[in-house]
This record gives sequence, structure tokens and C-alpha cells, in this order.
Amino acid sequence: MEISTQKQMQPPVIKAEEKVTSPWAEAWYSFKKNKLALVGTGIVIFFILLAIFAPLIAPEGINDQKMSVRLQAPSADHWFGTDDFGRDIFSRVVYGARISLWVGTFAVMGSIIVGCLLGILAGYYGKWVDSLISRIFDIMLAFPSILLAIAIVAVLGPSLRNALIAIAIINIPNFGRLIRSRVLSVKEEEYIMAAKAVGMKDSRILFQHILPNSMAPIIVQGTLAIATAIIEAAALGFLGLGADAPNPEWGKMLADAKQFMIQAPWTMIFPGLAIMLTVLGFNLMGDGLRDALDPRMKN
Amino acid sequence: MVHAPVLEVKNLRTSFITSDGEIPAVDDVSFSVNKGEVLGIVGESGCGKSVTSLSIMKLIPQPPGKIAGGEILLNGENLVHASEKRMREIRGNEVAMIFQEPMTSLNPLFTIGEQLVEALKIHKKLGKKTAYQQAVEMLKLVGLPRAEQIIREYPHQLSGGMRQRVMIAMALSCHPRVLIADEPTTALDVTIQAQILSLMKDLNEKLDTAIIMITHDLGVVAEVCQRVVVMYAGKIVEEGLVEDIFKNPKHPYTLGLLKSIPDIRDKKERLYSIPGNVPKPGSITTGCRFAARCEFVMDRCWSENPELYETERPGHAVRCLLHEKEGVADDRSTVKS
Repeated sequence: MEISTQKQMQPPVIKAEEKVTSPWAEAWYSFKKNKLALVGTGIVIFFILLAIFAPLIAPEGINDQKMSVRLQAPSADHWFGTDDFGRDIFSRVVYGARISLWVGTFAVMGSIIVGCLLGILAGYYGKWVDSLISRIFDIMLAFPSILLAIAIVAVLGPSLRNALIAIAIINIPNFGRLIRSRVLSVKEEEYIMAAKAVGMKDSRILFQHILPNSMAPIIVQGTLAIATAIIEAAALGFLGLGADAPNPEWGKMLADAKQFMIQAPWTMIFPGLAIMLTVLGFNLMGDGLRDALDPRMKN
Repeated sequence: MVHAPVLEVKNLRTSFITSDGEIPAVDDVSFSVNKGEVLGIVGESGCGKSVTSLSIMKLIPQPPGKIAGGEILLNGENLVHASEKRMREIRGNEVAMIFQEPMTSLNPLFTIGEQLVEALKIHKKLGKKTAYQQAVEMLKLVGLPRAEQIIREYPHQLSGGMRQRVMIAMALSCHPRVLIADEPTTALDVTIQAQILSLMKDLNEKLDTAIIMITHDLGVVAEVCQRVVVMYAGKIVEEGLVEDIFKNPKHPYTLGLLKSIPDIRDKKERLYSIPGNVPKPGSITTGCRFAARCEFVMDRCWSENPELYETERPGHAVRCLLHEKEGVADDRSTVKS
């Protein structure tokens, strides 16, 4: 259908390149039609730009303490008000985007890389390799994830980096299982048999055929996992197990603000809103990607 | 017939290990294909045709499957004992295969070209550019129009018939000695079927590739094959030249198969079918495996294992006690394990 509408819009002579639509291009086409997904993507891009250009956007530094303006309500000078040290909350929220996106993205990338590797090994080689890896995943999933993260941070020592590592570790089994099940189903596809029949090596089949065909659900799950990772990072920060003192980590800001919740609610509202919005953005984008990439949803 | 066989299968046994024990799916099967010949392997679903072809490629999933005995000789080299590395050199290069489902035999994420050059890159160690040129040549050879364009397209942009042509191009790109076609036309509609068959026949003559045509469709056999092997429940029940099998079928099973081809001139209420089903592999250990469905069944059939008995026609042999007096075919069928 897409091709025919394109044809009508374009002049009659069509170059071969333009007619070729890869499955990725088709997914992008249906993603573009999804309004909510675009809103989500917009929010995500907004926060990414915020993070990149934080020094240009933020009017003050993250730790510019001014005792004369402690706990002031939002005003023209301080859009989001000030905290108990007289620091500009708007600036801190803007810089906080850097921390949250960094933690979210890198933690998820870590889990994807390790999870994919283990999942592929388990799914492709089967037998005891599969049993061993799957049982480890089962054990990890038996813990409530935030408890496991707390335990890992407790062992490694509280810091932002260790929080990131902990979040990466607790998400490994989700990706591992996902990839394992994809490998198991793709492995039975006829084109894998056809690839074997032309004499392709196992390793090449894995990386050339099985992995790319398992990519779509990983992208979807990855986007949604960034949202969860951001919440987990904020939770660890709130519990004092993440970012240390002057860092404007959103969860940590919430924790610091909780004693002023009644007299200065803005100290809590704005970091909270920031968390909520980023997570919403990633979730909407993830749902949109699922609709676009998941063949079962297509009709 | 003067040619030496390219591929000889001798007493092949392939079995699967299940919870009921070891089940033989292919039981003592022997046949050979000569250079440039088209051999048909016919039988109902579950008779061991596909397992035979996968055994030749050594692509039987192991476990649960295993080649339990016999020899597969490709130009005298026994593939049963070949290493996996050697098998990878052979697959696609000396023995190639095409599959039943052209819709799923191509990876949806890559262009036709990317997949076509794979075999050329692996076996002929060609560079990207020359490989692509050869791929275009192959696409032209299999009769695809606008080959230069198709090479850049994705599988979902092609129809089933076009995809099967691509699969044939892929299989023949390294000029293999033997092409195994596992039900290549079953998933295609009749007009396309005829085109693909005549293409295969054409390429068989042009490139002198031996073809093993695995099918359940006797029409396909009549169209392209020179010799045919009829399989039933893992065993060869009849083999011979196509003319002999069609004009003078001996085995009751072959008779039944030929009778089940509907004839448009004959306005029957019901179409003929062989009563019953293919027995579960491994369920019959003594007697003829077809006895339960045979209209000529005798008492002896339940207790004696028939052997392949040669008929008056050269190369025509049948595994049926009715034709016992005509003599035992040759030594290979009498080998008992």
C-alpha cells in the first residue's frame, strides 16, 4: 500500500533505489504515523537537548549556594524556585537530565550487551549451556529487582557509577530471556536451514541472520527499559545509594526535598515532574516502536 | 546410464531418538544419481523423503537425529564420516539444496543480492563486485526480468515464484554437482509450478547438474524425472525408470499412488485414495510395512520381510512378495544389519 501511494505522488519515472523499501524503512513509516509515539519521541529529544546544552540553558551552576534566597517560590528569577541551600532548582533539573539519561542509557546498553551474549549462547547451543544460563536468570528474577540493586550497591559501595552497574545487572535477565526466546524461534526458520545449506558457518549464521532478526524486540524492550532504569536510578538516589552530595540527580533531589515538602513543595514537584516526563516519553516511544516493529501487531 | 554415479547412497539408516526409543525414519535406503540425471523420490508425507535429503547434506538436527549407518558417497568420498568443516565446503558448493517454502527461505532483513552472493563469497572467495556481477548473471539465467533491480530488493517485494527462482539461482550459483530439491513446487500455484519445473529441467540440461527431486506429486515426476524411487515408511518399495513405473507399476503402493491421481475424463463420485495412513515410524518391525493397507495382502506378508526383487526390466525393482519369483535385485538389498 505504501509503495503505491508513493508511486502516485512521485513523477512516473522512478529510480530503482527509491522503490526499494527495507523492512526498517517500513517500520519507520508506520512509526511516523503514530501520533503518541511522536509525542514521546519529542519529549525524549527535548530532554536529550536539555542534557546536551545544559551549560547554555541553565542560568546558574549546580552548586551555586545563595543563603539569601533559600526556599523561594518559583519566580521570574528562579523559574522552579530555590532549595534549602538557595540553589536554583531549574538549573539543577536541567543538569539532572544529563545524569538520568546517562545512567538510563548506559545501564540499558550494558544489560543489552551482556544479556544478548548470554541469551544467544543459551538459545543457540542449548543443552547444559542453556540450563546453566537460564537457571542463573531465574535466580536473578526471583529477587525483587530494586532489592537486588540495593544489595549490589551495598556490596560495591554507594556511588552513581555503582548504581549504574547495579541497574545494568538487574536488567540482564530480561534481555537474556528475550533474546534466548527469539533465537529459539528464529533458529527454526527455513532461511537458517537455507543458510546452512549454502555452507555458512555457525558464528556467521548467528551474527548475520539470527541477531538482526532478533533486533526489533530488543529495540522496543531497550527503550522501555531506559524508562525503568531512570526510575530505578532515581529510587537508588532517593535511598542515598546513588549520586553523592552536590550532584543534581533527580531522585536525590527528591530525597533532599522531602523535609520541606509542606513549606516548599516546588523543591519536590519539579524534579518529580522531570522524572515522570522522561519516563513517559520513553514509554510512549517504546510503545510506538513496538507497534511499528512487532509483526504480530501489523495488519 | 553410461555415466558414473555422482552420488551414491548405500544402506542409509537415519534414526531419531525419542522417548519411545530409537525410531528409524530412513531404513536401509540405497540409490544413486548419475551425472546430469534427474532422480525422483516419491512418497507420502512422513515416508522419509526429507530425512533422506537432509541426511545427504548432513543437516539432520543432532540430537535427536543421527545417521545410524550406511554410506553416502559423493564422487567416492564418504560424507557420513566427513568433518563438519568438510561438510561446509561441500554444502552449497558441491551439493546444494532448495526448499519447499520459498516464502520463508529468504531472510526478510537482507536484500536478494546480499543473500545471493553469500555462497559465492564462501566457496569461490569472490570479491564483492565480481560476486554481485555473477549473482546478476545467475538471476538472468533463472529467467528473472530486471535482474539488476531485483538484486537490490527485499524478499517481501517478490512473489513466491520469483523467490523460488532466486532460491534456485542461489543453489546453482557455485555450479554444484548435485541439487537436492525438496518439494520445490508444492507451495506454488500450478502455472508457476510448470514454469519452475521447466526451468529446472532446462538448467539440468544446460549445467549438467544432477537433480534429486523430492516430491509427493507424481505429475512432477512424470514431467522432469528420468528415474524414480518410491519410498514408503522409510524404505524403498519400488525403483525404476519413469516409463516402467508409470506404465507397469509393480508394487501395490505405487499402483495406489497412480490410481489416486484424479482423471478429469472419469466422472467418479469419489476420488480414489489408499485406505489408512502411513504407519508411525518404528511401529512395524516384522512383515511388509504396507501390509495393513494392501489390497493384495497375503498371510506371508505379515511375517516375512520382502526384499527388493528385480523385474524383467533393467533397473526396475520392487519390494513385494508378489514379485518374489522374479528374483532378488542385487546384493545391496539383502544386506542385513
